[in-house]
Amino acid sequence: MKADPAGVLTGVHYLDGDFACGEGAMAAGCRFVAGYPITPSTEVVERISRRFPRIGGVFIQMEDELASMAAVVGAAWTGTKSMTVTSGPGFSLMMENIGLAAMMEAPCVVVNVQRGGPSTGLPTMVGQADMMQARWGSHGDYELIALSPQSPQEAFNLTIDAFNLSELYRVPVMFMMDECVGHMTEKVIIPPAEEIEVVPRPLTAAAPEEFQPYRVNGRDVPEFARAGDGYRFHTTGLTHDERGYPVMSAECQEKCVRRLVYKIRGNAEQIVRFEEDAVAGADVVVVSYGITARVARLGVQLARAKGVKVGVLRLVVVWPFPERRIRELARQVKAFVVPEINYGQIVLEVERCAAGQATAISVPHGGGSVHDPQEICQTILRAAK
Amino acid sequence: MSTRKAELCTTGGESTAVEPADVTPEQHPIAPYIRMDRMPHIWCPTCGIGTVVKCYATALGETGVDLNKVAVVSGIGCTGRVAGYMKLDGFHTTHGRAIPFATGLKLSRPELLVTVFSGDGDLVGIGGNHFIHAARRNMDLLVILVNNFIYGMTGGQNAPTTPLTAKTSTMPYGNFERPFNLAHLAASCGASYVARWTCLHVRQLTWAFKDALQRKGFRFIEVIAPCSTLYARLNKLGTGFNLMQFYHDNAEVRHGTDTSEVDIGFQDEIVCGKFVDEARPTFVEAMDEHNRKILGDKYVPMPPSGGFIPDPNPDPARQGGAARPGTCVPGSDSDANPNRDGVASGLCPGRPNPNNPDSAAGRPS
Repeated sequence: MKADPAGVLTGVHYLDGDFACGEGAMAAGCRFVAGYPITPSTEVVERISRRFPRIGGVFIQMEDELASMAAVVGAAWTGTKSMTVTSGPGFSLMMENIGLAAMMEAPCVVVNVQRGGPSTGLPTMVGQADMMQARWGSHGDYELIALSPQSPQEAFNLTIDAFNLSELYRVPVMFMMDECVGHMTEKVIIPPAEEIEVVPRPLTAAAPEEFQPYRVNGRDVPEFARAGDGYRFHTTGLTHDERGYPVMSAECQEKCVRRLVYKIRGNAEQIVRFEEDAVAGADVVVVSYGITARVARLGVQLARAKGVKVGVLRLVVVWPFPERRIRELARQVKAFVVPEINYGQIVLEVERCAAGQATAISVPHGGGSVHDPQEICQTILRAAK
Repeated sequence: MSTRKAELCTTGGESTAVEPADVTPEQHPIAPYIRMDRMPHIWCPTCGIGTVVKCYATALGETGVDLNKVAVVSGIGCTGRVAGYMKLDGFHTTHGRAIPFATGLKLSRPELLVTVFSGDGDLVGIGGNHFIHAARRNMDLLVILVNNFIYGMTGGQNAPTTPLTAKTSTMPYGNFERPFNLAHLAASCGASYVARWTCLHVRQLTWAFKDALQRKGFRFIEVIAPCSTLYARLNKLGTGFNLMQFYHDNAEVRHGTDTSEVDIGFQDEIVCGKFVDEARPTFVEAMDEHNRKILGDKYVPMPPSGGFIPDPNPDPARQGGAARPGTCVPGSDSDANPNRDGVASGLCPGRPNPNNPDSAAGRPS
């Protein structure tokens, strides 16, 4: 369906990534946000708390990030598109209820404007070291979706996509910004509402007495009923059957976990998204995401000037990972170069998918600034030899 | 003992055995409120939680609230199972987070009557921070806290409510940590309604639930409940029946008592009654009133029916679940769009998935 015009601030704006993300959420139909202040993400909720009272949304500043994430999962059950916003330390606290959202299949969006870590780390400076946490942070087996924007415009666009994906697959979607994109101000074009496609939450057509909250009818995700519509359903963080009732057995666990995993793993080809540049015939492909993708472009230009055939693969959706594409490229290239503002996270995934057919070379960075493009260039030159 | 037993268990005279032939199957009065397909429940014999559920269900029936608009949210623990047994929208959430989960439910659909039903360890141990802040905000929640002085489900560990000197599995020589006075905690944080009863006081408890269901804001009802399996056994207090007898002998009803005076000592007097009943603006009322004052006509409150934005043209094919065989051109390569900046994108809704054992598309047609 088309976006609700109430939330769409159509026009050409000059916004930072945090504000653009907030506008994207409102355009996507988000009407409930719970959050706790944390640099460098707070501008997202500041924007929303100013605009929400004028568009029928509710923002509440909770007592901590545990509460924020719990409130977001609660709100998801009224059919209200809901979101929370944080940075590394808060992201750690949210893991508990991100797991609940995954288990209950409550659609929602979690924005992490990454800063340097571990622990309190570098509150006002950039990091990209929560990428594995986004994928594996909560205990148990589940899969989810993570996106990473490289510009304020993309922060707007991809926030809408994050909501759409959360509705399609009924998962918490991790929106993995970084401090640079969050605080970078650029032109952001917000199109008219009728040009923005949003995925509505389909309500079950079943009668209340027939409805089962986790019945899938051969599909990947179950039917949805809103709390308060007379369905009187039950949902739990415990392993459950199609009725949503707890069942403590290996058999039920297998069925429950397998579906949670396969609704993403099995649809990965539809979900993965990346951009490529000059990968055909390349000897080296640089894999990057977020702000580092923009920095890497400069390093690639420097290497090309020295005659190296370098391609670029920018991850837009980071999880699920584009395994098939990396496997294909591994048969062609000598090496992948993976700059990221951490000490080697996504490079491990590249290495796994390359499976020994090409080397995966990390360009690590502890955080606090972006890479020096020269360093990326030097690594490319070494990799091409 | 036997005299007391007769007083407690029968309405008068000696109880007599009933011949099986005289028993006609009939529905329990609260069966319509219970997921009977989940019975029997997991609670131990003589546990107090069932009594609290009975009183709550009775109160729901007698107040005549629209059950379709009632949601029950629980955390983890013995009392945490209540949400799963009531035939209402029931949410069994994470440990300690029932109150913030319920806050999200309430704020995103304000017409819901949201009850938080959980235990002492859940709500004021791991969830203590959420408890005080919800009370401070006068969040529109009815919070029923079943206090059995101990962590039951995990095997009898010390709780923030365990009375001084009482033995628990992690305080085997007796508790030396001062416990919370929960009524005082709730009242001093701003709860608009505070009451305490024991499981023995079924009529008063039912009345308190009815009273609270008809009020607004943060309403806190503490129910002292027997845990014979752990609390009574570890402290050699007999059975659940003996604890009920203790309540009978030691519960003092003193409405309006200053909550600073209602601490609970080990095997000491339990002051019961309604301590606080003050109407003050709830979170939603305060938000609406303030925003209207400041923003005037520009203020758009969350509709009572919530922030759900319905699809004007619902796609029947998606009503049975979201991801489905789609028509878009899938595949990672075609998804790569270097011109994506500047164009808000709509996503393709997925397509048959041969790898998914649960996908329709993965099955032979």
